[in-house]
Amino acid sequence: MSKKTDALRRFSGWVNGETAGHAAVHREAARIEHKKLLPELDEQQRIRLFSWQYKLVALVVCLTVVAVLLYTVFHLPLFGDPENPAVNEVVQRYVEDGLEETGAVNMVAGMILDYRAFDTFGESSVLFLAVTSVMMLLLRDAKNIVRDEDVQEEHERIIERQTSDIILQKVTSLVMPCIMLFGAYVVLNGHISPGGGFSGGAVMGAGLILLGASFGIDKVRTFFTMKTFRRITSTALLCYAASKAYSFFTGANGLETGIPLGTPGAIFSSGLILVLDICVGMVVACTMYGFYVLFSRGEI
Amino acid sequence: MSIIFELLLILALIICAIAALGSRRLLVTVVIFMAYSLIMSIIWALLQSPDLAITEAAVGAGVTGILFFMTLKKIHALKGTKDE
Repeated sequence: MSKKTDALRRFSGWVNGETAGHAAVHREAARIEHKKLLPELDEQQRIRLFSWQYKLVALVVCLTVVAVLLYTVFHLPLFGDPENPAVNEVVQRYVEDGLEETGAVNMVAGMILDYRAFDTFGESSVLFLAVTSVMMLLLRDAKNIVRDEDVQEEHERIIERQTSDIILQKVTSLVMPCIMLFGAYVVLNGHISPGGGFSGGAVMGAGLILLGASFGIDKVRTFFTMKTFRRITSTALLCYAASKAYSFFTGANGLETGIPLGTPGAIFSSGLILVLDICVGMVVACTMYGFYVLFSRGEI
Repeated sequence: MSIIFELLLILALIICAIAALGSRRLLVTVVIFMAYSLIMSIIWALLQSPDLAITEAAVGAGVTGILFFMTLKKIHALKGTKDE
């Protein structure tokens, strides 16, 4: 047992960049130093007792959670068992008629953006709510400005302008178009190939963050301001709501859109899925970048 | 061959998880966490779900790490920077 804990300690020491044995010597010295300070023995004893009890309680809680989880895992139905409750007529309908009814070659896109589009609408709204809450907390507007912070911001901005990392900037200007193009490709081909709104939006958001981190946020602000952010996010969400919000009243079956589904596999096919993919992608990209700038500077 | 590669990846995943717990500096923890996400995205690709692999690489290995860095900077927990 002691051997094991010793190995674990050495591993965590290695993670922290300590050489083996070095830390142990330090700890021993600290313990001896500790023993010299005996006057408050009572308190020390109490602290030791408390830490002992604390460890015991932590152990019991841990073991209970592990036991409950293991019990649940062993009582789950087997993976891929045809008798599973999840294998029912819904799956059969999706797999067999999905291509015909939605026109999407990518079955996942057909599911999440057609049959269960209102689920995805909820997810996009959650992202919007998250960025709104971050804005409420971190946006530096007239009521949320401290002078010290202002001075520090200005200081940081000056440092940012003076120190430009040439390697980062060169690599960014090479990689950036590829990232944005790939993101747009993933979004636009969501109904044909793997990917879709969320993946492509995340890639584009990460690209914007890279641009902001290497060239400074002022550079991004030349084409992406608060106004753009507001317009894109609310337009995309409203567009989504207008095309799919009726599902909350009619259920998952949906209404006939009257848009021809087109040939499966073509880029202009599968009805509304392409439009919804673009909406989700825009919301996700704006949210990712919005988080970054709000955290780093407190304004978009 | 492929099974050996997968086992190696899973081993690396477990080592990353334990290392993230064992590290004492928050910055190192975040870097290890990003490495964990990168390995996880390779595993998603091997499990034939490229869409999840893309998302994991962008969100787990990219955006989450940057947000963690930003938060650490905000709460002045980055040692060895001018900011402290």
